[in-house]
Amino acid sequence: MNERCAIVGVGQTHFKKRRDDVSIAGLLREAIDRALADAELTLRDIDAVVIGKAPDAFEGIVMPEIFLADAVGATNKPLLRVHTAGSVGGSTLVVGAHHVITGIHGTVLTVAWEKQSEGNAQWGLAGGRSGGIGAGGAFAPWMRAYIQQSGAPDYIGWMVAVKDRRNAAKNPYAHLKMPDITLEKVKESPMLWDPIRFHESCPSSDGACAAIVTNEEGAKRAPRPPAWIHGLSVRSELGQFPGRNPVRPQAGVECAHDVYRQAGITDPRSQIDMAELYVPFSWYEPMWLEGHDIAGPGEGWKMVDTGETDLGGAFPVNPSGGVLSTNAIGASGMVRFAEAAQQVRGLAGEHQVDGVRTALAQAYGGAAQYFAMGVLRNTPPE
Amino acid sequence: MAANDRGATDIAIVGFAQSQSVRDAAPSEVQLLVPVVADAITAAGIERSDIGFTCAGSCDYLTGGPFAFVSNLEAAGAWPPISESHVEADGAWAMYEAWMRLQEGDIDVALAFGSGKSSPSNPAEVWAQQLDPYYLAPLGVDPVSLAGIQAQALIDAGKATERDFATVVADSRRNAKSNPNAQLSGDYDVDALLAEPYYRRPLRKHDVPPISDAAVAVIMARGDKARELCERPAWIRGMDHRIEAHQPGLRDITSSASTTLAARKAGYDGGPLDVVELSSTFSPQEIILKNAIGLGAGVNVNPSGGPLAANPIMAVGLIRIVEAASRIIDGTANRALAHATSGPLLQQNLVCLLEGE
Repeated sequence: MNERCAIVGVGQTHFKKRRDDVSIAGLLREAIDRALADAELTLRDIDAVVIGKAPDAFEGIVMPEIFLADAVGATNKPLLRVHTAGSVGGSTLVVGAHHVITGIHGTVLTVAWEKQSEGNAQWGLAGGRSGGIGAGGAFAPWMRAYIQQSGAPDYIGWMVAVKDRRNAAKNPYAHLKMPDITLEKVKESPMLWDPIRFHESCPSSDGACAAIVTNEEGAKRAPRPPAWIHGLSVRSELGQFPGRNPVRPQAGVECAHDVYRQAGITDPRSQIDMAELYVPFSWYEPMWLEGHDIAGPGEGWKMVDTGETDLGGAFPVNPSGGVLSTNAIGASGMVRFAEAAQQVRGLAGEHQVDGVRTALAQAYGGAAQYFAMGVLRNTPPE
Repeated sequence: MAANDRGATDIAIVGFAQSQSVRDAAPSEVQLLVPVVADAITAAGIERSDIGFTCAGSCDYLTGGPFAFVSNLEAAGAWPPISESHVEADGAWAMYEAWMRLQEGDIDVALAFGSGKSSPSNPAEVWAQQLDPYYLAPLGVDPVSLAGIQAQALIDAGKATERDFATVVADSRRNAKSNPNAQLSGDYDVDALLAEPYYRRPLRKHDVPPISDAAVAVIMARGDKARELCERPAWIRGMDHRIEAHQPGLRDITSSASTTLAARKAGYDGGPLDVVELSSTFSPQEIILKNAIGLGAGVNVNPSGGPLAANPIMAVGLIRIVEAASRIIDGTANRALAHATSGPLLQQNLVCLLEGE
């Protein structure tokens, strides 16, 4: 018999280009302490810790959770380190939830982080010594292919950038806050990786995100509304092989269908109230809307064009400002789950969407080949 | 509540494979893994499509490139897409995650693997970068020197002598003679070993593990599926892992509190064990671990030779579990305990308790 499971505490750091006011341990504790305060728990209430981050080369420390064990309160407890590239923040929450769903542990702390200013993330993303082309360079041809296949106009990417940057201005933890951004400014910003301009790209951030996952008993004790987990899924596929569709990776399609099935969702566009999707480059918003069958083929960009994905739209996407505004890579996947949780809990603050009952969280990584997704609701599973 | 209080006892190892540990393998890490995963699948008598969840364990830093683990997906055969995860840890922790995932009951078979090539780099340099970057790494201490400090502390506490260390080494290499996957084996005289010069006093070179490359994979199955696939499955009676404070100065390095705790949480009650496989990376650690678990004299420890005979980091812990399981599956043992470790001086420890029917 599997346990019902909920997120009862969420904490984020303030994300910035350089958090040199704190050590790595201090950065993690900032997020952890906020999550504990939210749940009104202490580290003594935590049975196990699951920690996630992207490559160790970003900070230059081998398996840094080993030295962080005391700081994250893991002493004498199980500590598991997850690394699934950019999707890791999502995967970390999923692995943490498995501890609770199986009944192995009652309350688990999950925390995901990156302190990119400690090293050179661009170098790391380009494969380090192997000298690859980096994330923007890798994804640009696939975004170009999407534009070609869908017939989307250029300004769709600019619209996503304007929306996410304005949303971020309402989010106290977001890195880039540009309330005065306009389509014109995005359009005139330098081209980085065609079709991606400077303002259509994520920043490089320092930050951490923590989420406390607990069982039904824990959820009943929680002082604030829990975000109930109705579906969780991970999928991986090879990053390169003849016949692969990198614009609409099959792993992303199957991951989405798996969480929809678990949550009893047959029409995601009408049954899901908002989504936090991993969009590090503007075009990935319409690409994931189609790649997760929220919109039909060639229809994703139209949801952007009509304002459906705006904060006040029918299907708001990334009211937090998304990865486009804040990207501490290891943390970003968990921020999607944390922000989705805050939306169903009604605690998202200025960027709260009205009446969210069902939220979708998604993270992806590698060559768009790793996926972690979840469906959260304000009511427990039946 | 220990994991084995729930449905966990219904999961077993039904197949496995490992590559021979060698000092410098010509194939890449993924090339080592591909035949090992394929062999494990064959050994279990399953199809790749039977696998409901896969978990991999490796360390980017050994390969020297960020995202190095991504290449290992080739070995998992991730097309069509698979339900998969990766831990930046020894394969034993990948197995823990897969074992946990199996307990949800919606899948019957899971794959876990661990792989690492220590040969491209100097492990003493790589693992020095695992130490606290603010307070420990700047001291310039490397893992072998730390092990020397631990060995001296053990002697100072009256818990062991240099002769005990040499005896561990001689036993390891003698046991390794019957292990085709081991790297160092043979008959060694304890007095001759003690006549060798110090490497990091009081440790001699033979107290330190070899540098090794290898991969290992394990297939687990649930309940009736396990019985269907394997005549004598190695049932996982419990598995648990615990971590301690990082700073060696904050813990008693002559004992291993986290091993004691993990063994208890895994359900080890002090009863008889036919086989014990310990990740005793340095010879003094075998003595520490035996005391921590509460093993008496005469227990069959590291019949494979253990890490002193072959130490493929990121695979070595899961190899311990596989070596223990193999003796249950082949009927020569009925109750076994396997141990994996991570971090400096046994900071993090995992214990897996296995039984036949």
